[in-house]
Amino acid sequence: MPRLKDEPLTTPVITPSSRPMSENLTGDWRSVAPRVDGEKCTGCAICWKFCPEACVDISGETPKIDMHYCKGCGVCATECPSHCIHMSEEVVEEAAS
Amino acid sequence: MKKVLMGNHAATIGAVLSRVQVVAAYPITPATQVIELIADMTAKGEYKGKFLRVESEHSAMAALLGASTAGARTFTATSSQGLAYMHELLHWVSGARLPVVMVDVNRALAAPWNLWTDQTDSLSQRDTGWLQFYCATNQEVLDTVIMAYKVSEKLLLPSMIMLDGFTLSHVYEPVDVPDQKAVDAFLPPFAPTTRLDVDNPGAFGSLETPKPYFRIRRRMAVDMDRAEALVEQVGSEFERSFGRGYGAIESYRSQDAEVSLVCSGAVGSTAKQAIDELRAEGHAAGLLRFRLFRPFPTQALKRLSRPDMKLAVVDRNYSPGHQGIFCEEIKAALYGTKGAPEVYGFVAGLGGGDITVELLKEMWHEVKNKTADPVSPLWMEDAR
Amino acid sequence: MKASIAVDELMTSGHQACQGCGATLTMRYALKGLGKQTVVCLPACCWTVLSGAAPRCSIGVPLLHAPFASAAAAASGAKAGLSARGDDKTTVMAWAGDGGTYDIGIQALSGAADRNEDIIYCCYDNEAYMNTGIQRSGGTPFGAWTMTTPGKEGSPRPKKDLDAIMEAHSIPYIATATPAYPEDMVRKFAKAKSIKGFRFIHVLSPCPPGWKSDTDDTVKLSRLAVQTGMFALYEIENGKFKLNMNVAKRKPVGEYLKPQGRFRGLTPEATSVIQADVDTRWTGYAKRQANGA
Repeated sequence: MPRLKDEPLTTPVITPSSRPMSENLTGDWRSVAPRVDGEKCTGCAICWKFCPEACVDISGETPKIDMHYCKGCGVCATECPSHCIHMSEEVVEEAAS
Repeated sequence: MKKVLMGNHAATIGAVLSRVQVVAAYPITPATQVIELIADMTAKGEYKGKFLRVESEHSAMAALLGASTAGARTFTATSSQGLAYMHELLHWVSGARLPVVMVDVNRALAAPWNLWTDQTDSLSQRDTGWLQFYCATNQEVLDTVIMAYKVSEKLLLPSMIMLDGFTLSHVYEPVDVPDQKAVDAFLPPFAPTTRLDVDNPGAFGSLETPKPYFRIRRRMAVDMDRAEALVEQVGSEFERSFGRGYGAIESYRSQDAEVSLVCSGAVGSTAKQAIDELRAEGHAAGLLRFRLFRPFPTQALKRLSRPDMKLAVVDRNYSPGHQGIFCEEIKAALYGTKGAPEVYGFVAGLGGGDITVELLKEMWHEVKNKTADPVSPLWMEDAR
Repeated sequence: MKASIAVDELMTSGHQACQGCGATLTMRYALKGLGKQTVVCLPACCWTVLSGAAPRCSIGVPLLHAPFASAAAAASGAKAGLSARGDDKTTVMAWAGDGGTYDIGIQALSGAADRNEDIIYCCYDNEAYMNTGIQRSGGTPFGAWTMTTPGKEGSPRPKKDLDAIMEAHSIPYIATATPAYPEDMVRKFAKAKSIKGFRFIHVLSPCPPGWKSDTDDTVKLSRLAVQTGMFALYEIENGKFKLNMNVAKRKPVGEYLKPQGRFRGLTPEATSVIQADVDTRWTGYAKRQANGA
């Protein structure tokens, strides 16, 4: 079994954690996914406002939900005043065999 | 400049001379005067740092966790129940590698209530990763506070400095108070680069899984291993700056001693008198006074021991189910060493009982005459 | 698209919060109100996990983890340390759950408020010890199921009146907030930033697993709490009480309680008790509002 004394001492005395949490992709948590109907969207940005993952991009004309992070909670769909976000089961594409 | 100071005030002045920036403390007998002098000096403008009158000792150490992580030099003082109350924070501060300096005025722990000197309070914190120093004079208290900042800030491990409750904390002795300029030359400002900094945000104390945690503790062990040498080195530097030197263990007439008393704290002064009397009576008596207890000064102990020397360890403390704590640790440190001296333990003075010159001499004779027990400690008191 | 609150995010995606977590919305809005020049002190709570395990952090401001009982004390010390180094500008905020505030942390909280420490203390209140798996706290409302109040009648005691306790400390600012009203919450944190002395912000933070509610109901429940009067939005500035939303025509409490599985065991009598308590409290609020005190 390895002995720690044979391992070089590389641990610093103290290291604050500063790597961004965005390195952790949480998209695989969801069982349902939101889809925004761009036609009905009024650009109110309420979906962005209430997203617990802060993963809605409102820099464009319609909100873009970042599927790398979306956990499928459905808050955006429930809060959207135009009812233009729908939650549905995702179809996961099988890898080509 | 020579001043007549009580032990508690010597501690405060040491901290103020060290330019401490944040003090957070809660009163407890017999440590209260350390804090009251801070309050007094604040009111007079002599202490210009922050003073938080926190609502408990647990919060005192939590506040210093915050202040030290923010990059400030910190200080507090407490005793027995208060020290016990901050226990989880003691582990936290050392694990966080923060150079907090604290004075603990040794006092027995309840139950039952007892206000007098006993080392079990600080010794029961010996696994918390703090350096531990035991002082025999008020001069040593003041000097050790200053030296502790230098050692702790180099090592990034906290220090606690002990003085006996009442028998040192409330006793007035002449103390040579160094001047501020000399202390500034000896002790540079605390300037950590890793601290709470909005321009460099990071999280301190985040969850670590087993593999990295193990290595973080190993890192602490490696740093603790070099602490004994660092304490000796800083003690020598102090001697060059102030004319008074300190090591890990003080040896008094023990070079050719047949039996050496081993003790710590204010009893160390009493023991010198006992040794002088024994010597005058023709006995080869000596004294080893432990100043440093954590890290355990194994190198100094081995250097000062001889195979033909016997050690009579006097513990003003006790670990239930085992022995006097200095005794058990000395035995452990010497285990397996070729030519280790024989070690005998005595438990005395718990709850503040007076350890007199006569009692110490009798202990010395017990070891000399081989009537002491090498396995279990002899519990003794001066019955007069 | 036009946003009604600041667009910059100081909380990143990728955190490990449950779907629909109210506590993440709370932190998101708090940081929008406070900005970058903030230090957060965090005792044991859900946010200990949400802030990320080493080597990652999910918020872009310095963060100090502290023991469970000591959020307010650690924050007091951090502020003192920064100030001693000449930095009086950085805001220090203690960020604790209801456990670390109502119960194990109340001593340090009271002490810090008593000393009028120059910190913000935010309690994100999900009404139970959620991080350890839903056990009753002093913030658990009457009748709520938890793992330590699993009987049909739920928690037997009323929710501790924490805001009244804080009001007894003579501090400059107390405010309540909840994620359904982000503009109000952001405004309150920004306002708190500009005030000196001890500032206390109490946020009702819905928790789907603990409240046994659907993940998409979080904002709706937060809104219903206000619309039924179960949770009032107000500020108390230097002792002066001001209702931010005078919900005179309150929805019946049942609308708020029904979507939460933790209240499934409530009898009609228990619901009446809850309704009566809300009505009494609001009589009090109305009186204070009318007296301008």
